[in-house]
Amino acid sequence: MKGRDIVSIKELSKEQILAILTRAEEMKKNPPGSLLKGHLMASCFFEPSTRTRLSFESAMKRLGGEVIGFSDAGSTATQKGESLYDAMKMIGFYSDVVVIRHPLEGAAKQAAYATNKPVINAGDGANEHPSQTLLDLLTIKECQGKMEGLNIAFVGDLLYGRTVHSLALALRLFDCRLYFVAPSLLAMPDTICQQLRQAGVPFSFHQSMEDVMDKVDILYMTRVQKERFANQEEYLNVKDNFILTSRMLEKCQKQMKVLHPLPRVNEIDVSVDATPFAHYFNQAENGLYVRQALLAMLLGK
Amino acid sequence: MGETQLSVAAIENGTVIDHIPAGQGMRIVRLLKLADHKKKVTLGLNLPSKSLGYKDLIKVEGREVSEEEANQIALFAPKATLNIIRNYRIEKKFAVTLPTTISKILTCPNQQCITNHEQVQTQFRVSRFGHRVMLHCDFCEKGFAHDCY
Repeated sequence: MKGRDIVSIKELSKEQILAILTRAEEMKKNPPGSLLKGHLMASCFFEPSTRTRLSFESAMKRLGGEVIGFSDAGSTATQKGESLYDAMKMIGFYSDVVVIRHPLEGAAKQAAYATNKPVINAGDGANEHPSQTLLDLLTIKECQGKMEGLNIAFVGDLLYGRTVHSLALALRLFDCRLYFVAPSLLAMPDTICQQLRQAGVPFSFHQSMEDVMDKVDILYMTRVQKERFANQEEYLNVKDNFILTSRMLEKCQKQMKVLHPLPRVNEIDVSVDATPFAHYFNQAENGLYVRQALLAMLLGK
Repeated sequence: MGETQLSVAAIENGTVIDHIPAGQGMRIVRLLKLADHKKKVTLGLNLPSKSLGYKDLIKVEGREVSEEEANQIALFAPKATLNIIRNYRIEKKFAVTLPTTISKILTCPNQQCITNHEQVQTQFRVSRFGHRVMLHCDFCEKGFAHDCY
């Protein structure tokens, strides 16, 4: 893995994914100390982010490395019209590994062309966010004790959510059964379904969480945003089908866990937090270990 | 070589691109930059054709279009045939085939794609789903049916 870019989850083989997860588990169990002392990470956030930026920076610093960077494009020369290519080429000279979040799709790929230092995509528009997918996979593995043959439901906005697209595609390697629960306006896009079909992944579409609640091992929640609907009435008609309350969990299997990429607004009622099914904060914590594992592996440590 | 070829002047050295679906000729001139070299280009539009009904035809003086270049336009002219002309004679004749990747000539239909915001050489992977041809942008990873381009 040394020196490679992590631009898209689709570029990683099953063996590579499992190697990253194993390394992340080791990092979690036995914090390795100053493994990355003397290494410098450039944290290039062209749009705001809290969890992703802070967990990457925390991951680097906890491993003894240093961080340079910026947290919004306003403070960079791109405001003066500098191309992303030029900016990333230069930043590549200053650092050992580059983490980039950018509002345009394909920006991380362009960054990877610009510099020969390893580039990690921390989100390029609506396209990909591979470290999120890896932390989702780690969390699934950890809470279910396995990854193969699980029943996994995706709930909410499945049209625009890059996390659900990447995770669904990654799960094609693990022989899982998928359930897509979304208002028809926000259904899983055709291009993703086509790729899943080609890979022989069984999946089905549902309008309400109740349909799948007793069947699944993982309930992966995302937020249905009001702004996605043409009118308020349409939103009000469907919104309750996509809000999880502790009462709805009565039917579910014992081992079931609720995940969410966060931030949540109201799609998971706070009453769920106290149930044994809530696992989204553990999931967010795993972001740290996955990013530590990625940084160490790409830097050859 | 039918009557349609005789209605425009023969070329000494260059390429004749025949069997282009009517309406695609101008696009192909633009995509392959056939008119950029300041030599004679003859464009025939809506010519009668036995196999296509109507077709477009391009004659380019002083430029030999390679098979690799020609395949890049297979998306818009899947039945196009090319004749390489040297000293008024057909030196080589070939048909286009759909390539596995298309570089440079297309722009990504996704306005949020980085390739529409800075100077980047685009690259698309070509795949077939039954009769449908899909193109996936190497940058934004979005897939589009070929008629979106």
